[in-house]
Amino acid sequence: MSILEVNNLTIRFYTRNGVTTAVDDISFSVEEGETLAIVGESGSGKSVSCYSLLGLIPQPPGRIDGGTALFNGKDLLQCTDSEMRAIRGNEIAFIFQDPMTSLNPFLTIGEQLLEPLIYHRQYTRQAARLRVYEVLEEVGIKDPIKRFDCYPHEFSGGMRQRVMIAMALIVEPKLLIADEPTTALDVTIQAQILDLIKNLQKKYAISVIFISHDLGVVAGIADRVLVMYQGKIVEQGLADDIFHDTQHDYTKRLLASIPDGPKLRPAPEVEKPFLQVDHLKTYFQDSSVSIIKRLLSPSSANNDNQFIKAVDDVSINVNRGEIVGLVGESGSGKSTLGRSILQLVPVTEGKVEFDGVDLIGLNPSLMKKQRRRMQMIFQDPYASLNPRMTVFDTLAEPLLYHGLATKKDVSEKLYTLMDEVGLARSHIRKYPHEFSGGQRQRIAIGRAIATKPELIIADEPVSALDVTIQAQILELILELVDAHDLTMLFISHDLSVVRYISDRVIVMHHGKIVEAGKTEPLYAAPQHDYTRSLLAAIPVADPRREQLSS
Amino acid sequence: MTSAKEFDDEQGVSLWQDAWVRLQHNRLALLGMGVLIFMIVIALITPWIVPYSYEEQDLMLGAAPPSMAHWLGTDVLGRDMLTRVMYGGRVSLMVGFIATGVALLIGVVYGAVAGYVGGRVDAAMMRLVDILYALPFMIFIILLMVLFGRNMLLLFLAIGAVEWLTMARIVRGQVLSLRQQEFVEAAISIGLSPWTIIRRHIIPNTLGPVIVYTTLTIPSVMLLEAFLSFLGLGIQPPQSSWGLLISYGVETMEEYPWLLIYPGLTLSIALFALNFLGDGLRDALDPKASKD
Repeated sequence: MSILEVNNLTIRFYTRNGVTTAVDDISFSVEEGETLAIVGESGSGKSVSCYSLLGLIPQPPGRIDGGTALFNGKDLLQCTDSEMRAIRGNEIAFIFQDPMTSLNPFLTIGEQLLEPLIYHRQYTRQAARLRVYEVLEEVGIKDPIKRFDCYPHEFSGGMRQRVMIAMALIVEPKLLIADEPTTALDVTIQAQILDLIKNLQKKYAISVIFISHDLGVVAGIADRVLVMYQGKIVEQGLADDIFHDTQHDYTKRLLASIPDGPKLRPAPEVEKPFLQVDHLKTYFQDSSVSIIKRLLSPSSANNDNQFIKAVDDVSINVNRGEIVGLVGESGSGKSTLGRSILQLVPVTEGKVEFDGVDLIGLNPSLMKKQRRRMQMIFQDPYASLNPRMTVFDTLAEPLLYHGLATKKDVSEKLYTLMDEVGLARSHIRKYPHEFSGGQRQRIAIGRAIATKPELIIADEPVSALDVTIQAQILELILELVDAHDLTMLFISHDLSVVRYISDRVIVMHHGKIVEAGKTEPLYAAPQHDYTRSLLAAIPVADPRREQLSS
Repeated sequence: MTSAKEFDDEQGVSLWQDAWVRLQHNRLALLGMGVLIFMIVIALITPWIVPYSYEEQDLMLGAAPPSMAHWLGTDVLGRDMLTRVMYGGRVSLMVGFIATGVALLIGVVYGAVAGYVGGRVDAAMMRLVDILYALPFMIFIILLMVLFGRNMLLLFLAIGAVEWLTMARIVRGQVLSLRQQEFVEAAISIGLSPWTIIRRHIIPNTLGPVIVYTTLTIPSVMLLEAFLSFLGLGIQPPQSSWGLLISYGVETMEEYPWLLIYPGLTLSIALFALNFLGDGLRDALDPKASKD
């Protein structure tokens, strides 16, 4: 019996720039006790369609232009506000993407968990408290009585997501909608949270709608899969069929975009050390240590607990022409290492030798010469471009500043550059906000290669992008590496991407290097426990393999 | 985006040129700018076009309501109000723009440098601002007047010296968050010098709040001048300013309302124009806001 039946749902957004059809005449149903995954890239309408069911889209500009959504025989789209409040968070519960912002920082988590019980279920405070302990225990939070009075900032990202799950399940809803619940989490934490959702779903026999952009994640959890593209459902069916008997071209493209296995590119013939990092340490002052404490015990490098050791005695070397992958979870210090090499953060101790020149303490004019030769590609193409500069200004700046072009021939050079990174020439006068994420990343890559650098540090350059775009950008990066003889340090949390692109891999954990080696041997036979757990946690876009491993 | 097409692609274009194109699409802002330019032009040529001299009294006439001879009436001493409003505009506009300009220049540069450099430099620079904040403003002005004698330039400087403090704080706050942005890191990794980064990447991104604050500062500066003049620390009768005319007008509001209404109306129109222009500029300088 289906618990939710959506028929011919259409949602449009009416803005000054015209009408956008976000969801275009879709129909689907959720059976009792099943997990339905809705997969799609950003802008495909996967989130909007679920949010609209609970009246969570802003109206205007949004408007539901037709359709019905029967939940237990009741049309959700016709509910009044007060009827909706009785359903929302009660019969249908939500888990949001970002556990950092979906908890109120001013209330203890216990207080926040009590709320739905008292509001929806008329529990007394005493009874509700006991139920909260029980659920916290269930989602894997140890010592719930003590943790009851903690504030959200005292929990890690994964723990917060557990709290969010507890909050959603505490009223025993009939339907749970999880919107990218693991996207903001590290890969090992992601695996744990997915397991938790799976187990609880079985135990409570609830239905789950699991919204995700990641086919790998979906493969492990979904009974049925629904693929959305530009507001339409292009394919739906049993998970196994979607992955092994793919019908629609778009789904095929999605599956093909997932980096799987190595891209065998010939390794550089001569091993010539190009970048050498020697016992590098980058410490940050721990702001949680009070200033009085700091004054009482004068700072010295030995005084351990005053510092956060982001990079702790790391030595690596990168040969000319190599792509070296640097892997680690958030907080492992991989980004700080990249920034330390480029001297974007002050280094505490150690040596960074770039083509025979020690970069630490180099005077500004000499440093400027070296800066031309090494560039960075940043993770977030929304933040790494100055919103008030056009493509022209952004790309021309490094050329003009380093005297690589004159005012006269700069346009000509920019066109060549734009061709190279795959941007249409007509875009030259546009501002960053007029581009999609993938195009922005192309601009950012264009800026990085404008000065004809020899070393590029790419900090998660594809993490913020959709999977099909990610594949294109990876191709572009590989092309550019070949065309310009680039050496690259490729920082990522995504092991599949790193395997695809790198010649060698370095694994970082808590500021230290735990393992390093050639890509294929390392993936085939990881030596260190941490590497092994990382590799085991990678979601595979294949339900059959996922079933075997779990 | 229409603005992009109006430029020759071979030419570089600055944010300001682009903003100008966008501002031209905003009717209200253009109207505001027109009114302000009109007022400034009138203020500049006032001595040559006024019907009467600003100190010419006609005690026999006294306070007369508007008539053909005196379009805006006369004040209690029989001086022509139109002339006085026009002369007053010279002082008010000058104080408003010059003092605010001084505040803007010092405040933005000071705040941007403090915020960008950070650390101890920032702490030292901001403590100086705190100290200046703590100085009683009136005593500061009186001291200046006593030391250097009364003159208009000093008045501008005194007001500017006080108003830049808030501006510096606002800009510094903005810069602190901008400095964390990846595009600033990207600029550093290109090898740009700190000053180039502040000029090209930091300051343009603080313009929104700066412009809003500027449009708030100009009227408050004009009123500050009136207050100081009223205490005898600013300009002296028979010279006048809008603020001063208004405060005299308030005293006789019940008997001779036109002494309050006309200078008040003029000031209001100027401030309206200023706000329209300010809003327009803020939108025009933000490529995201003006997409329609």
